[in-house]
Amino acid sequence: MNEAMTVIVNGEKRQIDGGSTVLDLLHSLALDPRTVVVEINREIVRRPALDGTPLHEGDQIELVHFVGGG
Amino acid sequence: MATMVESLVDSALSIGGREFRSRLMVGTGKYRDNSSMVEAITASGAEIVTVAVRRIDLDRTKEEGILYHLDPKRFFLLANTAGCYTAEDAVRYARLAREAGFNEFIKLEVIGDEETLLPDVAGLLEAARTLVAEGFKVMAYTNDDLVAAIKLEDAGCSAVMPLASPIGSGLGLTNPFNIRVIKRRLSVPVIVDAGVGTASDACITMEQGVDGILMNTALAAAENPVAMGRAMKWAVEAGRLAYLAGRMARREIAVPSSPTTGMLG
Repeated sequence: MNEAMTVIVNGEKRQIDGGSTVLDLLHSLALDPRTVVVEINREIVRRPALDGTPLHEGDQIELVHFVGGG
Repeated sequence: MATMVESLVDSALSIGGREFRSRLMVGTGKYRDNSSMVEAITASGAEIVTVAVRRIDLDRTKEEGILYHLDPKRFFLLANTAGCYTAEDAVRYARLAREAGFNEFIKLEVIGDEETLLPDVAGLLEAARTLVAEGFKVMAYTNDDLVAAIKLEDAGCSAVMPLASPIGSGLGLTNPFNIRVIKRRLSVPVIVDAGVGTASDACITMEQGVDGILMNTALAAAENPVAMGRAMKWAVEAGRLAYLAGRMARREIAVPSSPTTGMLG
């Protein structure tokens, strides 16, 4: 078993399983990958790559979507 | 037989190679609830609606994303970079918005002052150049300043969006001369963005000959956003038609409308 690691998601620390991919993280948060845009350490992760992109200890992850605005 | 009005055909609004039916664009922020937002936007007839890019609330204590309420097949989603105070931030938000997968258009905002929310023109130009080089269709929110507008057009912006008055102020069109000169000198569409408060403001703005208007608070903060949405639809259409009709010359003396001959002896 991989040990748990800590990442920063939208500014908050979260423990996730070691070896998790971005897609694993979205699933654990019950987010539909089609409605989320993901940035890791200021680099956008394109949707087709979500499954193949591993997360690492200390990664800064931003999960964004569209909200109301002018 | 077609009447004069029916034969007066307005061209479609073309921005960045796309054609739009409505010259009214509306925002989706600050509504009391999502159902009145959707109803108000529908009543306005707007085709382009703006959205903002923000973090997802992972605790789900706040409302869900806007796409749960707005059908992206029915509306053209125009993402903004609202809240960005540097060119770097605005570029970052624009890239995230494009990754959402709807289109390559961005309503570029680089704000320079927290109190007035007036734009930072230097930052705006820097961000516009970067985004245009990356293939974005940039619609730039800017001052009602001719030189800034020309520079944004030269930077490759698809539309220039001068303000009528500060964002959310509802003060209406404060400088019609500046807006007219910008419209006269630019080749790309000029969309007046921000400051319109009520239908007469929208009508007067369209009468200057601009290509369209973007508004948000005028609808969202109206007592009845749905009624205001419909009023704005009519005001934008009336102002556009009046502009196309060509108004009469202003005179500072009265000229009688009835015959001056044939009066009783």
